[in-house]
Amino acid sequence: MIVIGIDIGSVAAKGYIISSGSHHRAMIPTGWSPREAGQAIIDQLLEASGLERNQVEQIYVTGYGRVAFEHADKTVTEIKCHARGVAELYPEVRTIIDIGGQDSKVISTGEKGQVLDFAMNDKCAAGTGRFLQVMATALGLDVSELGDAEDPRQMQTISSMCTVFAESEIIGSLARGNPKGGIIAGLHQSVGKRVAAMARRMGIKEQVAFTGGVAINPGVKRALEEEIGTRIIVPQACQYTGALGAALLAWETLRRDL
Amino acid sequence: MLDEFMQGFASAREVNLLRIKEAKENGRKVVGIYCTYCPQELILAAGAIPVGLCGMSENPIAAAEETLPRNLCPLIKSSYGFAATDTCPFFHFSDLIVGETTCDGKKKMFEIMQDLKPVHVMQLPHLNNTEASFELWVEEVRCLKKRLEKELQVTISDQDIWRAVEVINQEKQAIKAMFDLNRADPPPLSGMEMLTAAWSRSFSSDKGELIDNLNGLVREVASQTNNRQVKAPRVLLTGCPVGLGTEKVIRLSEELGAYIVAMENCSGYKTLELQTATNGADPIVALAEKYMAIPCSCMSPNPYRLKLIENMIDDFRVDAVIDLTWQACHTYNIEAFEVGKLVKSKGLPYLHLESDYSNSDLESLKVRIEAMLEMVEK
Repeated sequence: MIVIGIDIGSVAAKGYIISSGSHHRAMIPTGWSPREAGQAIIDQLLEASGLERNQVEQIYVTGYGRVAFEHADKTVTEIKCHARGVAELYPEVRTIIDIGGQDSKVISTGEKGQVLDFAMNDKCAAGTGRFLQVMATALGLDVSELGDAEDPRQMQTISSMCTVFAESEIIGSLARGNPKGGIIAGLHQSVGKRVAAMARRMGIKEQVAFTGGVAINPGVKRALEEEIGTRIIVPQACQYTGALGAALLAWETLRRDL
Repeated sequence: MLDEFMQGFASAREVNLLRIKEAKENGRKVVGIYCTYCPQELILAAGAIPVGLCGMSENPIAAAEETLPRNLCPLIKSSYGFAATDTCPFFHFSDLIVGETTCDGKKKMFEIMQDLKPVHVMQLPHLNNTEASFELWVEEVRCLKKRLEKELQVTISDQDIWRAVEVINQEKQAIKAMFDLNRADPPPLSGMEMLTAAWSRSFSSDKGELIDNLNGLVREVASQTNNRQVKAPRVLLTGCPVGLGTEKVIRLSEELGAYIVAMENCSGYKTLELQTATNGADPIVALAEKYMAIPCSCMSPNPYRLKLIENMIDDFRVDAVIDLTWQACHTYNIEAFEVGKLVKSKGLPYLHLESDYSNSDLESLKVRIEAMLEMVEK
């Protein structure tokens, strides 16, 4: 039995291929065409696993690009996929915080990894990867450098949640001679606060996992842990849990049909 | 045959527009209304045509924002925008507009609207469970009667009102019977069909014809075997008013495979259990009683809404509840907390959506609705 799960996000497309006894994963930037990104992921997965396209029995697709990709056997929301993927890696997790390129969400899960409740940010970049990306540019950094560059001891609070206003706040703060590391810590805190408020509104049950591209950033993890007041697990493959979940759901459907 | 009925409801707006134009030319008066709190019976008793005014399109919002603040609910901005740009023919034909103080936004918007047309604003109390607030409301209903008499140059007798009470009671029963069809599983009517039929009520210049059409639809559906056999999640929609033009949540939900089996909001079931008592001495008091009982979030507290939602969940065999708040509608937005608690306590998924009339959030609405439907499937 061979299945593929693909998560086409706004920034990156991720994929998992699962066959009896082995699995491989791949990731590429989504670029302008979610359809081409999905196809490229399939090609990479087949190459990595040495399998042929016609051996793949089911392809499940999730993420914002899911509708654009025409070779899907089924599309599933990223909410259900993250829940399933995380349950496979950390069965004790009951709350998932996922921060991706264009949205952040909090998912409450049950014992079998089923979705019990969820909350998502409004149509606004605050508390998302995009927010951090814009701020990194204003600071002359790449978004991947933010985590190591923060200095929480010199925290400079960023009060604006609006991406445009926060950017000018940073420029002002730099002009006043405030340290970059402190400003970055403030940015992480502002994302942490925003997302923690959403999580508290829904209700936080331990254990808590943090997934999505932003979970790579240890500064946001630190801020979230401070705001929520509990330790947070970041899966090593934190960007892949949606794709993994999609692949597992495809696998389970096949197995049920056997 | 069902399609024929539906087409009749769908074309009600155009057909009635012409009729109202004709009626105006023949000297009949038209009174424009915005809200279910307006005692339509008095307008009928005055021999005038009550007509629902436009407020369900994004188009005139930009024009409204030349006068009103951006951070205001889209319904108020759209209503005012239609009036200010003279793009609502029903507003155009209206001799008098009746508004209510259902929220701060409407209250203050109506002050500005007075520059365009005569507007009569009814002061709603915030409590519906005290003697003083009821007295205030009775007085307000009396005031409306006087204003109608003065503005339309008629005298309204008690008998006129009682006759109108009969008509509106029948109309309510007919609409309720239509909604109640969807207690069946699978539901015979889609959410869009329900909305189309219910929405046609606001434009119908001939109440008798509307009641006949609704009753005809109910008979037609009852005589047919239901061929919508697909099992799908049964969803209840509650929250802010939804009409034709702002049906995006209904449309998306049904595209994603759900049945919207019931609607609790204003154009839906909210007022349908409420009948004006016909055994009293004073029809004004009878009307005041009925309208005061409407479970709108502008009342504090508002326990009947929760009771109604709970009953509807059971009666319509609901699998999940969507609560739609238009941006900046504070009362429905805050009440969502209580609605969410209730729905979750019944073990059902609850989805609170905050949106406006634009299409800019369709994708993010889709993900949320789809994820909620996935929760039902499990």
